Amino acid sequence: MNCLKIENINLELENRVILKDISATLNKGEIVGLIGPNGAGKSSLLRSILGLVKISKGNILIDDLNIKDLKLKERAKKIAYAAQGAPVHWPLNAENVVALGRVPHLNPWQKLSAVDEEIIENAMVQTDCISLKGRHVTSLSGGERARVLLACVLATAAPYILADEPVASLDPSHQLQVMEILKNLSQNDNGVMVVMHDLSLALRYCDRLILLNDGQLVGQGAPEIVLNDENLADVFGIRAKRWSDNGENYLITHNINQGE
Amino acid sequence: MNKYITSNLLLIIALILTAIASLMIGRTPLDVSEILYGFVGPANDPISIIVIELRLPRILLGILIGATLGISGAALQGVLRNPLADPGVIGVTASASLGAVIAIHSGLAIMWPLFIPLFAMAGALIATAILLFVSVRESSVLMLILVGIGISSLAIAGVSLVMNMAESPMSVRDMVMWMLGSLENRTSTDLLLALPFILFGWIMMINVGQGLNALSVGEDTAQSMGINISMLKLRVVIGSAISVGAAVAACGSIGFIGLVVPHMVRGLITNEPGGILIPSALMGGLLLTLADLMTRIPMPGATLQLGVVTSLIGAPAFLYIVYKTRNNMR
Repeated sequence: MNCLKIENINLELENRVILKDISATLNKGEIVGLIGPNGAGKSSLLRSILGLVKISKGNILIDDLNIKDLKLKERAKKIAYAAQGAPVHWPLNAENVVALGRVPHLNPWQKLSAVDEEIIENAMVQTDCISLKGRHVTSLSGGERARVLLACVLATAAPYILADEPVASLDPSHQLQVMEILKNLSQNDNGVMVVMHDLSLALRYCDRLILLNDGQLVGQGAPEIVLNDENLADVFGIRAKRWSDNGENYLITHNINQGE
Repeated sequence: MNKYITSNLLLIIALILTAIASLMIGRTPLDVSEILYGFVGPANDPISIIVIELRLPRILLGILIGATLGISGAALQGVLRNPLADPGVIGVTASASLGAVIAIHSGLAIMWPLFIPLFAMAGALIATAILLFVSVRESSVLMLILVGIGISSLAIAGVSLVMNMAESPMSVRDMVMWMLGSLENRTSTDLLLALPFILFGWIMMINVGQGLNALSVGEDTAQSMGINISMLKLRVVIGSAISVGAAVAACGSIGFIGLVVPHMVRGLITNEPGGILIPSALMGGLLLTLADLMTRIPMPGATLQLGVVTSLIGAPAFLYIVYKTRNNMR
């Protein structure tokens, strides 16, 4: 089946259990939010899927192929990764950074083809950063840089996209912009998995949520169901007020001991 | 033609012109026809001896070593993502000097001349490995430089110690040679001894460009793009240690070329860490040949040392780059 499948994986680092018996799937055409308190194992789950850390049990399958059996570049063509806060170490042009998305498709000496150039340009148009093309990334604002790095992810043309807190440290309007871009990607038949802390955004933008706590899977499914009062209280120690407006669900959180 | 190819061609032309000028200038000035005669004339003719046996090996060695320092500086800066990384600044050349000096003064070099480059490479390898180990755990610029200073000081102290203990006390001149570097009195034997190792090092480093480019967005992201990071690091560490080790064994530790050259290339050609590899090699060869040319300017009473020239240019450049990158210092 065409999906990213996580089967009963365990992850241990320095003799500590980080992830315990996690199973989940990411289908093409959906955006799945990965939520949970700090240290729940959200980033570790993404890193496990990407093969950046070695899982001690279980399997990760992409379109029925075990990632262990894929070459690095083959895997890279299937899964793209937007790392948290991704720093750019040299004053590269925005265009050069986006072009890095083509790395999985090119040999070390291969030049960008006309097709590659077109993909890069499209990615920049989709993320609204074509006007930043010739600018040094080091001179961009946080929101601009986030869009350039998203364009880089898009340029990989990978069907599955894993984003680690892409909206952290962005102002509200850029948060919405980034979530819209990710949503559009999922509607273009990509599978998008996104780590996030803002439950309100998670509720609005995600098709499904995966809730982790202490390295274990607490729940997965429709956002309204995963974000129930019981889960919020048990996992986050918070309560929520909810309302609907124009068919959209909203939620605002507050500490369990406060309010009312 | 794009900027990258044009720039490389210009660098090659400049390098050839400088090399020709270098053949002409010296204690016995020669003109172009004399140089041509030197190449085709009888081998025992004084002009042939000057051109083929004295000047040519020195120039070729200068180009090889400059290119080695340039490409190693560029590759190390790319892997460490740090514009201050340079085989000299981070103590690799000093460690290589120590290795070479040990090989010479233990008498091993008399048994087998290859012990000099081999020991120098071992020294370079140990220093590079320590630095890489440190930079994995603590990636700040400051940490790297401090560890480099530590390694450098220790290696220089080691060189002094070996020289003090030598049975026949070494001249100050030899000391200067190992600590500052010199191309004086190099022969084709020195050239041939260094050449295979230098070429091997270049081959290890030449195709890491794509990986270095990907590394500019961080190790995790680069790996997610299909780059084998451990292999990339291994190639740069071994490639730079082997080639720099061989270069130091041939002419001592020439400082700052590996620092200044990538910086110049970034300013002139491209900021892409992979794109600066080849231009840095060419520019390094050019710069060292030019610096060597300067040492042959007649000075009253003394000859200028090559390492003095490169340090006079390099140390202020180092300070300038520190100043420019001060915001990234943590």
